[in-house]
Amino acid sequence: MSNYTELSIAKALNKGMAKAMQNNPKVITFGEDIAQLGGVFRVTEGLLAEFGEKRVFNTPIAESGIVGTAIGLAMRGYKSVVEIQFDGFVYPAFNQITSQLAKFTYRSEGSLSMPVVIRIPYGGGIGAVEHHSESPEAYFAHTAGLRVMSPSNPNDAYWMMQQAIESNDPVIFLEPKRRYWQKGAVNLDQSPLPMHSARVLLEGKQVTVIAYGPMVTTALQAAEIAKEEGISIEVVDLRSISPIDMNTVLDSVRSTNRVVVAAEAPAFVSVASELAAAISEQAFYHLEAPVLRVGSFDTPYPPAKLEESYLPDADRILDAVDRVLAY
Amino acid sequence: MLQLLDQEGQYEVPSKYSQYGEIIDQLGEADYKKFYRDMARIRRFDEEATALQRQGQLGLWVPAIGQEGAQIGSGYAVGNKDHIFPSYREHGVAITHGVELMSILKMMRGVNHGGWDPNETRFHHYAIVLASQALHAAGYAMGVKFDGLVGTGDPENDLAVITYIGDGATAEGDVSEALLFAAVNESPLMFFVQNNQWAISSNVETTTKVPLFTRGLGFGVPGIRIDGNDVLASYAATKLHMDEIRTGKGPFLIEALTYRIGAHTTSDDPSKYRQSEEVEFWKAKDPIIRFEKFLRRQGIGDDFFEQVTQDGEDLAKEIRESTFALPDPPMENIFENVYTDPHPLVDAQRQWLQDYESSLEDNE
Repeated sequence: MSNYTELSIAKALNKGMAKAMQNNPKVITFGEDIAQLGGVFRVTEGLLAEFGEKRVFNTPIAESGIVGTAIGLAMRGYKSVVEIQFDGFVYPAFNQITSQLAKFTYRSEGSLSMPVVIRIPYGGGIGAVEHHSESPEAYFAHTAGLRVMSPSNPNDAYWMMQQAIESNDPVIFLEPKRRYWQKGAVNLDQSPLPMHSARVLLEGKQVTVIAYGPMVTTALQAAEIAKEEGISIEVVDLRSISPIDMNTVLDSVRSTNRVVVAAEAPAFVSVASELAAAISEQAFYHLEAPVLRVGSFDTPYPPAKLEESYLPDADRILDAVDRVLAY
Repeated sequence: MLQLLDQEGQYEVPSKYSQYGEIIDQLGEADYKKFYRDMARIRRFDEEATALQRQGQLGLWVPAIGQEGAQIGSGYAVGNKDHIFPSYREHGVAITHGVELMSILKMMRGVNHGGWDPNETRFHHYAIVLASQALHAAGYAMGVKFDGLVGTGDPENDLAVITYIGDGATAEGDVSEALLFAAVNESPLMFFVQNNQWAISSNVETTTKVPLFTRGLGFGVPGIRIDGNDVLASYAATKLHMDEIRTGKGPFLIEALTYRIGAHTTSDDPSKYRQSEEVEFWKAKDPIIRFEKFLRRQGIGDDFFEQVTQDGEDLAKEIRESTFALPDPPMENIFENVYTDPHPLVDAQRQWLQDYESSLEDNE
């Protein structure tokens, strides 16, 4: 009998971090406001009390410093889980992430490993001010040496966090902030899947909708509506954005022959674009229609009063579903 | 400015600097000879590497000529447990900690991006993005403190970290963040700033409004300016303050005033932006010539200097031959160590390139 419990995504992430810290005394966590406050989203709440100020501490408000020191700590044998407070605040650390953290194992010909997890609450839909709603995954997925992942539900949040910390490579861990409070059952005993596996969340016959992070819930809503209209959608949760589990993706494509990729990020030069290209290259004769991308627009993230029109929703996914079915 | 040797090689300890003099008092002739030999050796190496670049054997060379006093002095003051985070011109520091000189040439030839094991040498990789290493050093120093290896009272046990940055790099935000992280964590970290006066073509007036040894003060990191062309001042200051740092006194900054006699790199042409009078002025302050004068005052004669010159020639020949003999890296190295754990995309692309290359061979 597995031990299940009902948790929010935020709480599941918290429990996943605590588990990893219990298992390995070299795991430490730091960032802006993560100690007494527990982070602005309370994901690290209670960790200071459990693990003490040597393993859970606040830093100066200096993102390059947070990532740069995590690199030095990795060289000293520590596994740092650092929090970047919001997606739009990660860019001051861009050099340390892409030119340093991502490249040290290569530069050192394997003498150094870089087990650093960078947690970033990301995505929109919470009515926030500028720089608090962005989807920066393409920058990091484009960088060799990094792994990028994003859970869509509490069970994955709990287990993927532990897998990211377990990894010997740097992981950009993107947390779907507008889903932090979404609840679900968490199996505390058994990991659902290996770290980089995608998963068919909902089986369907006519169209595959691929999504990750916050857009998975939207894709499931779209499938629900479509079902009422007699259209059978299969939903694939990518889970890992880099590397991508192409086997699971291609199996689904071969069974439905029609694909829509949905993500919050602007579609131009995006993870959705990569999926469209890879599917076209690897499953061309299985496709009855071009792979369609449903993303946000190639503009800066708009003021909050406009985000409802900016972000893809279930209707925009269904519009694309109708278009691939029209072929 | 702390100076113990004047331009004529005259050794004198100003009374306010007596504690630095006490460090030098503990050195003997063997140490002095070692300092001289390594300064001369690294200069000869530098000249040979420049020649190798001119002949197309290296993609780039980064000369450190003129900075040997700062580098050899401070390098020997770093303890045998301490960790060093260099910039990309610290060839002199490298030889004081047993880094194979060929490792540096391999990197400049394009055989790898560094490749030496910093766990063994404690000399970390060259950092080409300026100042990035200051934060790695700050993080490493935080880890040393977490490990309880600072201020235990047992000098055999404690260790410190030193990072080398240039005057140009002090402008980067990462240096400010490293000073701040080191200060608030009271980390065992030394910032060794080689002010060689030129950041490619930008002189130090472009870089700073205040003397660089004061750069840490606002963060709570005290500093001192030393004559970087005085190997004894460099040794004494680094030794004294690294010892203090190991006892838990917190970070410190040394500004070593020196001069980049050569070009920024072999791609640079300093004649376009600086006057030859300035270069001549600094050549007169050459750290090696100055130290030779000091040694001769100590009664060390021609035999020693002739031997050092001959050793330099032997080294030049050796690295020349070794460079010619360096094999190109295997094609597979493109894909090795991108990640520590297996990665399906890298594995697939490695396989693709192997298949592609074999298909070409089949068609020949």
